[in-house]
Amino acid sequence: MSQPVRFDDVSLVYPGTTDPAVSHLNLDIGEGEFLVLVGPSGCGKSTSLRMLAGLEPISAGHIYIGDRDVTNVAAKDRDIAMVFQNYALYPHMSVAENMAFALKIQKVSKDDIDRRVKEAAALLDLTEYLERKPKALSGGQRQRVAMGRAIVREPQVFLMDEPLSNLDAKLRVQTRTQIAALQRRLGTTTVYVTHDQVEAMTMGDRVAVLKDGLLQQVDSPRALYDEPTNAFVATFIGSPSMNIVPVTVSDGGVMMGDHHVPIERSLLDKVRGGTAQLGVRPEDLHLSDTGATMTVTLVEELGADTFVYGDMATADGRDVSLVARDRSHAAPRMGDKVHVTPERTYLFQDDGDAERIF
Amino acid sequence: MSVEAHEMPRLPDVDPLEDKPESIPQAARRKLSSPWASFIVVVITFLWTIPTLGLLITSLRPAADAQNSGWWTFFANPAVTFSNYAEVITGGDTIPSGITPYFFNSFAIAIPAAIFPLTLACMAAYALAWVRFKWSTAVFFGIFALQVVPLQMALLPLLQMFNLGWSLGPIPIFPDLNRPGSEQSLLAGTYIPLWIAHTMFALPLAIFLIHNFIAQLPRDLMEAARVDGASHFLIFRKIVLPLSVPAIASFAIFQFLWVWNDLLVALTFAGGTPDVAPVTAYLANVKGTYGAQLHLITAGAFIAIVVPLIVFFALQRYFVRGLLAGSVKG
Repeated sequence: MSQPVRFDDVSLVYPGTTDPAVSHLNLDIGEGEFLVLVGPSGCGKSTSLRMLAGLEPISAGHIYIGDRDVTNVAAKDRDIAMVFQNYALYPHMSVAENMAFALKIQKVSKDDIDRRVKEAAALLDLTEYLERKPKALSGGQRQRVAMGRAIVREPQVFLMDEPLSNLDAKLRVQTRTQIAALQRRLGTTTVYVTHDQVEAMTMGDRVAVLKDGLLQQVDSPRALYDEPTNAFVATFIGSPSMNIVPVTVSDGGVMMGDHHVPIERSLLDKVRGGTAQLGVRPEDLHLSDTGATMTVTLVEELGADTFVYGDMATADGRDVSLVARDRSHAAPRMGDKVHVTPERTYLFQDDGDAERIF
Repeated sequence: MSVEAHEMPRLPDVDPLEDKPESIPQAARRKLSSPWASFIVVVITFLWTIPTLGLLITSLRPAADAQNSGWWTFFANPAVTFSNYAEVITGGDTIPSGITPYFFNSFAIAIPAAIFPLTLACMAAYALAWVRFKWSTAVFFGIFALQVVPLQMALLPLLQMFNLGWSLGPIPIFPDLNRPGSEQSLLAGTYIPLWIAHTMFALPLAIFLIHNFIAQLPRDLMEAARVDGASHFLIFRKIVLPLSVPAIASFAIFQFLWVWNDLLVALTFAGGTPDVAPVTAYLANVKGTYGAQLHLITAGAFIAIVVPLIVFFALQRYFVRGLLAGSVKG
């Protein structure tokens, strides 16, 4: 049943606008893969999903589900199931009727419908609510009904549009793992949209990062974290996000504030225009006796970790905010002057896409 | 003063809710539920009910009483009879024909004349609200604009169309239904012209009202149904119609009452034929012919209002809100 999905150079320009909402999207999603589309709001992730669902027209390019070109196929004929952000349950139907709706349209036999609805309900712990109307359910239960409505379909592809964003924080974490486990078990190709990079990193086999309608990078969560293609992906993935410091190249390295970071000559030669952006993840920025001077502005104690926020003056006199993760359990206090040294660094070009040099 | 002395000393922050700004419905409810507002409403209701009360009392008085004294003297000199109703319903010495056949005519006119425009308007409203097609907005505004045309302007052209047919140059729009060799149209003496006329007159407002309701249904519901494999017709029947019951019911009440109480359209299209004339035409006729028989006219009028009252009370529960609760969050 499960099918791969392919976006082939897909673009969408809304009528009356010039900037494309999605521009030249090329994306291959393997059979049974869990792919997460992530990005800030307005990046085109939901639009891409809706194009795959057939809810938005496509200006250029093709979308394939399996070998079938569905570019001009109506939503109702695409054999996909979608979970909406606000669940979109049919308010006048009971939970069982909600789940059976699509099957009735497909003219599945009544016994089959009953069996599949019961199975899905058991899987999602909804058996005792089957006769209830959606308004008599809690947010988490409604979310599960929306999932159930998708599961009973046994579709070729699952589409999920921020299905967890209406749940409270604790339930979200719980449901996150449940959805991921369910997807592994069913083995159905899934495209999942979220703006939450933690969700993206924890759930996806691969994660596609979008910005302004352009695909930035698609890779496994680990690879996105370790080898971001540009400064946007680097700062978007990871929490707290990567520190980015504007630096100037000077004899065999770059100056991070008043601290010299040595960098190999061959890599430095790739820097265009003598300036670059140095990236350091908070966990790679250590408090030490020597290094760049930083004035502490805020200390966040999270128990396991302590995050130290501070301002550092760059070589050309600007202030840059930095975050360092401190494991010493002897955190400084606000207003203290501390020194930080980067352990592992990234270097990005200081122009346009801020592409990574290393 | 003494009351104040007995009051408990109040802490400055007794009620945390007090600081919250009121929502608009809350404020409206508070203002409207003040004792003064209630008092005014009671007075207005009483004043507006007096004529109906007079009507009811007159209809229950013996003929001589009703003709010789005002209805309010009933309280000093109470005498009740149901013979007025008996005479109006079955016919009697004064009025030869009773109201009963006209009563059924009224139903035969009003029920289809409410169902036809509702059916058409629901489908048109769904299409205008949820089917993407070129010029849909222009079509909607065009229909909306038709409400400006007073129906009186259309009466004679319509009558002519029913009697003689209508064609645009060589293209016939409405056939000439005259029987060969007869002056009368096939439609004469039938309810059909009334149904068509009422449907036409009702459609602009019906489409406008129902469109506005249907357009506010959550977009996600329609999209969920589309993804679930539903065609437009299925979405309309399984999702939109059940959720639009409040709007449909309120318009059904409105349209039924309008047609039930209509005299002008009925006189124009069915005036000459007692077979199809409604209660209103009967009452107008009785009023013209037996104007002095107050006790009979009031009894007839009272029979005529019974149906609107029943319709209103039977369907008012459909005015409930909150049918959409639980569908989409937020």
